[in-house]
Amino acid sequence: MEPLGYVIEHYVALSGVLFTIGAVGFLARSNVLVQLMSIELMLNAVNLMLVAYNRVHGDVMSGQMFAFFIIAVAAAEAAVGLAIVLSFYRLKSTVNSDAADNLRH
Amino acid sequence: MTAGNVFFALCAIVSLVGALVTVVARNPIRGAVGLLSTIVGMAGLFLMLKAQFLAAIQLIVYAGAVVVLFVFVIMLLGPDAGAVSGQPPKARFSRVVGVLAAIAASAFGLLLLAETSAAVRLPQTRPDHGSVEAVGGLIFRKGLFLFELATVLLIVAVIGAIAVARGGRPARRATPTKDEGRRLFAGPLHPRDAGRPLGKEGV
Repeated sequence: MEPLGYVIEHYVALSGVLFTIGAVGFLARSNVLVQLMSIELMLNAVNLMLVAYNRVHGDVMSGQMFAFFIIAVAAAEAAVGLAIVLSFYRLKSTVNSDAADNLRH
Repeated sequence: MTAGNVFFALCAIVSLVGALVTVVARNPIRGAVGLLSTIVGMAGLFLMLKAQFLAAIQLIVYAGAVVVLFVFVIMLLGPDAGAVSGQPPKARFSRVVGVLAAIAASAFGLLLLAETSAAVRLPQTRPDHGSVEAVGGLIFRKGLFLFELATVLLIVAVIGAIAVARGGRPARRATPTKDEGRRLFAGPLHPRDAGRPLGKEGV
């Protein structure tokens, strides 16, 4: 048994599990807010994977740079997404994603 | 069992439980708290991986800004934020298939990982690995263009968020009056008096 937390595979496995939880939440829930939070979970899992693989290379930090930009993009995405949720709620008086069928016809 | 093992286990458990709470909770406020716990746990993992700068950024940006934004929106929506609709969910079959496919893919990936695991130990690093100085220097040497693009993206996102969230009709313009220029600088301060004729006291 490898020491817990000092082997790259532990981080990769944890990141995969977190990504799956986020994906399942996005698919299974129909509350738009919960779906946005699931997207944040998935982005976080990807960040963890990037930083973990970056750690294998002792003298390079490009992975951390990537994670930094992903955090910036995730912040922008959350702001725009929540604005869209507010606008959607104003239109439909609900945050159920099943109600978003305006483009259907 | 060293302190590092315990710290990793603690952070992993905190982030996993937080993620499960985020997805399962009926009340979105609980979901937001679960997301917060995931983010804090992940900041601990970043520390474990010698990414101090990213751990700080994670706490500042995610825990300080994104989660607060979520909580604000949930509070703006009030009880409707967690309301469940009476109708059964649409596209149930494809959702179930998608969930099963996601779980199967992840289980397969984990099995593959356990099977082919080379047990890569984390190597020694430079003493300044992941420090603010080192990562910031790298961003400004190699990723300067990306950095500027990120600033543009954030500004566009802010403007877009304001434009989308304000929504509704554009503010109705007050009926134009004949001495608009004078009214602009010497007009009444309260909107209630907008139509009041201008006296001599203005200028």
